[in-house]
Amino acid sequence: MGSIKLKPKARKGVIGIKALIKHPMETGQRKKKGKLVPANHIVHMVVSHNGTVVVDADIGSTVSKNPYFKFNVAGAKGDTIELKYKDNKGKTGSATAKSK
Amino acid sequence: MKRRLFLKSAMAGSAVATAVGAGLLAPSMVFANTADFKAKSDAATASTAAAGKGSFKFKAPKIAENGAVVPVTVDASKMEGVTQISISVANNGTPLAASFNLSGAQGYVSTRIKMGKTSPVVALVTAGGVTTKVTQEVKVTIGGCGG
Repeated sequence: MGSIKLKPKARKGVIGIKALIKHPMETGQRKKKGKLVPANHIVHMVVSHNGTVVVDADIGSTVSKNPYFKFNVAGAKGDTIELKYKDNKGKTGSATAKSK
Repeated sequence: MKRRLFLKSAMAGSAVATAVGAGLLAPSMVFANTADFKAKSDAATASTAAAGKGSFKFKAPKIAENGAVVPVTVDASKMEGVTQISISVANNGTPLAASFNLSGAQGYVSTRIKMGKTSPVVALVTAGGVTTKVTQEVKVTIGGCGG
């Protein structure tokens, strides 16, 4: 559905992972011109570090539009960070980035 | 394992049943979160009630300028063995905003949530099997769900 900006940055043995996912995150409770906008939001997200899952997140419609997340994981420059998400419509998205 | 599955489905079943019974959900109407997620939300609410005060840092603004984007940060990086961080908005339709299961990442998450109205926001951290919480009241001047 949306594109993902993934920015891992290593500093003192810890990689700060910043992710910005473009996604409408509709709660399914909003009305536009009198019609209910159907729910359309990320439900699940997985972040991996060098192939190992480090974060497994259940996301609800309460998270803001174009969700922003930040995590920290022990690691070094050059490590691979991967983010995969799935939304309630079954659509998926993913991004991979090497830590700076 | 079977017991957990049974409990999980029982919880999910009862959560949906009570909601439908209360007339809150018409099947054709949009179900914003799945039954499974609602069950997790109910479980989080129950955990909140049972949890003791945590020693981690929970940053959230006292007044949110825009209820659609409220930045919150949970910093439990000083705690050992953090396995899960959850964020709940008590007065939202489905309180649970997100639940992060950490299996290698440090006990730190930062994200932005939507708030419909002024509400206490609860951060739940589970470390070493024990769940603790920190609550912060966030005042909302403009609701976050377009209402």
